Amino acid sequence: MSVNTSAAAIPPPLDPEQRRRQARQVRLGRLDLKASPYLYVAPFFVLFAVFGFFPLIYTGWVSMRDWGLIKGDQGFVGFENFAEVLADANFWNAMFNTFGIFIVSTVPQLLLALMLANWLNRKLRFRTALRMGILLPNITSVAAVGIVFGFIFADRYGLANWILQSLSLDPVSWRGSRFASWTAISFMVDWRWTGYNSLIYLAAMQAIPRDLYESASLDGASPARQFWQITVPLIQPTILFTVIISTIGGMQLFTEPLMFNYGAAGSGSGLENFQTIAMYIYSTTFENNFKYGVGSAMSWLLFMLIILFALINFLMVRRSLKGSDK
Amino acid sequence: MSVPRRRLRGIAAAALAAGMVLSAAACSASDGDDSSEGGQSTVTLQYFGSPGFDKAVADFQAANPDIKVDAQNMGELKDFTPKLNQWLATGQGAGDVVMLEEGTLLGYLETPDKWANLLDLGAASLEADFLPYKWANGFTSDKSKLVGLGTDIGGLAMCYRTDLFQKAGLPTDRAEVSKLWPTWQEYAATGKRFKQSDAVKDVAFIDTATAIMQPYIMQNSKTWFYDTNNNYIADTNPVVKEAWNFGLQMAADGLTGKLQRWQPDWNAAFANAAFATVPCPAWMTGSIAERAGDAGKGKWDIATIPGGSGNWGGSYLAIPEQSKKKEAAYKLLTYLTGKDGELSSYAEKGNMPSNVKALDDPAFQTSKNEYFSNAPTGEIFGASAKNLQPIYLGPKHQGIWENHFETEMRNAEQGKKTSDEAWAKAVADGKKLADG
Repeated sequence: MSVNTSAAAIPPPLDPEQRRRQARQVRLGRLDLKASPYLYVAPFFVLFAVFGFFPLIYTGWVSMRDWGLIKGDQGFVGFENFAEVLADANFWNAMFNTFGIFIVSTVPQLLLALMLANWLNRKLRFRTALRMGILLPNITSVAAVGIVFGFIFADRYGLANWILQSLSLDPVSWRGSRFASWTAISFMVDWRWTGYNSLIYLAAMQAIPRDLYESASLDGASPARQFWQITVPLIQPTILFTVIISTIGGMQLFTEPLMFNYGAAGSGSGLENFQTIAMYIYSTTFENNFKYGVGSAMSWLLFMLIILFALINFLMVRRSLKGSDK
Repeated sequence: MSVPRRRLRGIAAAALAAGMVLSAAACSASDGDDSSEGGQSTVTLQYFGSPGFDKAVADFQAANPDIKVDAQNMGELKDFTPKLNQWLATGQGAGDVVMLEEGTLLGYLETPDKWANLLDLGAASLEADFLPYKWANGFTSDKSKLVGLGTDIGGLAMCYRTDLFQKAGLPTDRAEVSKLWPTWQEYAATGKRFKQSDAVKDVAFIDTATAIMQPYIMQNSKTWFYDTNNNYIADTNPVVKEAWNFGLQMAADGLTGKLQRWQPDWNAAFANAAFATVPCPAWMTGSIAERAGDAGKGKWDIATIPGGSGNWGGSYLAIPEQSKKKEAAYKLLTYLTGKDGELSSYAEKGNMPSNVKALDDPAFQTSKNEYFSNAPTGEIFGASAKNLQPIYLGPKHQGIWENHFETEMRNAEQGKKTSDEAWAKAVADGKKLADG
């Protein structure tokens, strides 16, 4: 802006050399104004293109080919890989597990996060320390956590079963049934992500004007009622945001069930009870037959599924925002 | 105001652009071939796990000053395998000498063009140096190409707890214990005798039913999941089903601990003295000592394995066809698999030699294991390895065993499935893996 005005303000009598220089400066200035912003955001897009977009497209291309790591690329096969995946009972079993663990872990996790955030939103001693504290599980290494939880949920000499037995309950075979393994894995997931979601909720709650609560108190609304009728409706968009993030994370769940199975993605007793789709993709692609094509097809199916979920979530967010306009 | 800011932007943009160009240049800069500095040729050795090559490599370099060895530890087998496959597929990146686990070696034999023929490099004369089964398994299926020479093997014995045997009223001396079980049937019968004693009511006789499969099948069959034409025969090979049934019968009789090896429960079971015997390859004695701890020292001993022979695990060294220094690589390979190399690996990490000269050497023969009541390990493990008959394993043996048969057999052992259900699933999933 300033370049244009200053250029226009200079009086006309100039020799051609000066004029040329000036014209060049104007052009450079315009270029600067137009191009610089793009240049500043470029690093993200360049990185995304290299590490996000290119692998996505490349995976799509590989998914149409008969490609194994050892035998190499055997040519184009169209949608054969997808057909193979869709007819594979193990794939659907992994899908079922992924959804099951997602539901069993996310619902209590978000509820607990809401409660925690509400609690941290009050006037407490050591408030900052507590708020920082609940994020600690999130910054510890997943693998380390997984190993520790592997010990806790060991079948015979595990801590969890020891506690159950000292309460004179029957020990649980943690990998022996769907529900037991889903519960154990959900513990790991929730341990890690509840604090993170709490902090997001807390930030949203702090944006709610205090006077709403004051007038509600004057009208005689109990704290519980204030929570459900003021806090929750007002942070609804944030709740939907956490649901989207949890969905994406839940669909890609890998490390926790992997560590629960002591590091093996494709083998182990009771694995069929809790093998997630990401584990199945890994074991198809990087173990056993090294089927790149089939693994890529699975990855694409997972990608499309996540997009579908994100879209549903997006539509829900739009509807809820419209609703709050009324 | 506007001018300096503009200049700043310009500088930032230039810096950014320069940075990108630089990083792009760094990416495209090729690794020059720096192998021939000062007349020395550098040979790259890639291995996984802990083969104990340190001293052998140092000795080799001292004896061959013109060859420098770049020994690269690639972590665990499961981390190394996908990398190596990728390097083989793209034709660059693999070392000049690479270590292959015997289970995965068979998959590599299916693509013989990726590997140098050791016979062309002069290995034919070494046949007598190696255990017959180890030598035979290094060949491609048409026997025209020798891909790998053996490093270590896992000769099998039966580790047992003398304190538990004493409590159950069984003999404790290793020679007498070995006489209890010349065959697997007698081993199971001993187990039943053991379980009759109330003093060891909560103790299992063996850690897991799956542990008997490997020695049982190797002693009784020349094939396992594949016939020699690489057809999948897991469902029709009678010995596989026989071993499966035998193991699960032991489980039904309450003799097995139903544990999964290498997992926390199994580790804890050692400290809790929860089972009395465990078929143990030579390299496992260290793992047992580690898990049972000081409390178990002197309470363990080693007897012979029922059936007299067995092997579990072991590796090969091979030279990828892409290597440009095959001569030097072959020198290193034959040193590491030779008598001196294998003996120093045994001294370093306890890896049992597959080289007969090393096996016969007093340094191996007279070795004892203090933790296991001074059992003469060299003699016991050496004998089990020498009796081994070659068995043909086929391309995807390891995956079929680990991912399907072992897993399903354990499911049946733990009562999660019936034997028939587990067998049917193992056969079907194994076939799927074999068909690939």
